[in-house]
Amino acid sequence: MRKTANQLGWLFVLPVVALVAFNAVIPLMTVVNYSVQESFGDNVFFWSGVRWFQEILTSSRFHEALLRQILFTAIVLAIEIPLGLAIALAMPRRGPWVSVCLVLMALPLLIPWNVVGAMWNIMALPEIGLLGKAINALGITYNYTRQPVAAWFTIVLMDVWHWTSLVVLLCFAGLVSIPDAYYQAARIDAARPWAVFRYIQLPKLRYVLTIAILLRFMDSFMIYTEVVVLTGGGPGNSTTFLSIDLVKTALGQFDLGPAAAMSIVYFLIILLLSWLFYTLMTRNEAK
Amino acid sequence: MRKAASSREARLARITLEDLRHTYGTMADGEVVWALRRMTLELADGGAYALLGPSGCGKTTLLNLISGLLRPTEGRILFDGVDVTDKSPEERNIAQVFQFPVIYDTMTVYGNLAFPLRNRGVPEPQVDARVHEIAAMLELEATLKQRASGLTADGKQKISLGRGLVRSDVNVIMFDEPLTVIDPHLKWVLRSKLRELHRRIRRTMIYVTHDQTEALTFADQVVVMKDGEIVQIGTPVELYEDPKHTFVGHFIGSPGMNVLPCRVENGVALFAGRPVDSANAAAYRGNGKMLELGVRPEFVRLAEDGIPVDIVKVLDAGRYQIVESRAAGSTIKLLVREGETVPEGRGFVHFAPDHTRLYEDGWVVR
Repeated sequence: MRKTANQLGWLFVLPVVALVAFNAVIPLMTVVNYSVQESFGDNVFFWSGVRWFQEILTSSRFHEALLRQILFTAIVLAIEIPLGLAIALAMPRRGPWVSVCLVLMALPLLIPWNVVGAMWNIMALPEIGLLGKAINALGITYNYTRQPVAAWFTIVLMDVWHWTSLVVLLCFAGLVSIPDAYYQAARIDAARPWAVFRYIQLPKLRYVLTIAILLRFMDSFMIYTEVVVLTGGGPGNSTTFLSIDLVKTALGQFDLGPAAAMSIVYFLIILLLSWLFYTLMTRNEAK
Repeated sequence: MRKAASSREARLARITLEDLRHTYGTMADGEVVWALRRMTLELADGGAYALLGPSGCGKTTLLNLISGLLRPTEGRILFDGVDVTDKSPEERNIAQVFQFPVIYDTMTVYGNLAFPLRNRGVPEPQVDARVHEIAAMLELEATLKQRASGLTADGKQKISLGRGLVRSDVNVIMFDEPLTVIDPHLKWVLRSKLRELHRRIRRTMIYVTHDQTEALTFADQVVVMKDGEIVQIGTPVELYEDPKHTFVGHFIGSPGMNVLPCRVENGVALFAGRPVDSANAAAYRGNGKMLELGVRPEFVRLAEDGIPVDIVKVLDAGRYQIVESRAAGSTIKLLVREGETVPEGRGFVHFAPDHTRLYEDGWVVR
């Protein structure tokens, strides 16, 4: 079959191309541009090649921030996914309590991020905060502005409080979409509750869980606002995650080149890990 | 359960429903809506039954009450004289196949078929033997090692059927419109398969459907339901030749029975002012609000004289023609063999007296 030469089609694609260009391609390319140059005042730039990349990849400061970031995301995922799933399983699936539970669950998601940080900041204050005073009253010395462990504990707790709801809501939506016939068949097949979970609920929740894990992975890997408000990356550098480190470099020191190189490395890490997660979790379908 | 597994001898059950009633809840104004009106029914063991009726007539409710997925609002359910009303589906030891295929996605076909047995602690060699036997019956052997999620819709429904059939000791196997998602040409295959399976394993089977062909070809006894009530129980032939209710006459048969308003004078039915010979008008005692004559299109023929009609439409249905005619505001359908000529415009029809019945408020007059 011969193709008809019709250039008019390009016109229809143009709006999307323009949108994607201004939205993603041009900003990204600007960053790429910065990452290979050295900048001075008055818009003077010099070509620097891969120097910034070499510097970033060999810098121990970056390595530490990356490690902290991976550790944080791992902890958060390990808590939020099972906890969210468990809460969704325990929620009522019919009756008036459904809406009550859903609203309660949605509340943390509706609070602006800096407010979340401020809330926990006040709540965890050792002298006046509800949480801080309560922990100290138990005889445990707790001061998140001084102790790295306490800071981590507070941040993880805050993130769990803030984001587990998302996992709950996703899992709940997945659970209610399982037709009754599956549960009825399971009763007739004499399946125990564990078998119902293992062979019906978990397989049916696979896609929802994939989405939940991906979303929580990406968001927690880019966590910034709450941590800045709560600890500012301290004490010391103990809660300086990648995004915080990046902002310190780019704005604090105004090192555009290294900051751009770091952004690209950061972006590639998220892309790579997301792809890895997705491929691993949907691998069985391909067979 | 171990006990059930060890006493794996064929155990047939007579199912008795006593004064069974069920409601899903009360309306806002306090009126109770009965999904199932009071009914008493006995199903013999080893029989093939069909529950036939239009959507919303309560047939799935009845099925779920028998299987134990629902608890009746009132009444008792007995298996072999033992009250099982409060027993779970598992304790009742029944199998049920649902409208849409229910399979355990992550398991293989083998795992699916073995699941009900393994849950009941059946020893693995027995599981293996049973699974292969059932897989052979359903022609699933080639796919046993495959993931169940990869099968086609009818393959999946075969797995559902297989899980119902795999336990050798079940009291009853129930099918809730199991062929809904199956392609038409495979429906016939699976239906005859089920029929054959019933003959082989002689287990009580209850088949719910709104499709008269499925019901009539599958069952020895068809239970026709309407608005939560049983209208008639009978063999396919009885339902066809002797409908107890105009609904049965209309619902079964294609086209359905003609139902014509009439009067009765001195033991003779009058339609359109003319006397019509019928099988039972003489038995009428004279207290019905609504009187109707029922006659199937098969038992109406064109005649030289009789009831004058206007011929409205002639449809060619292959071996015969469906003639639609009108008389006194009612439609009368009749079947005429292919090749016979149908007069245009006016004509006369005659009803076979043995197959013309008088119905009083819907029910046949006795």
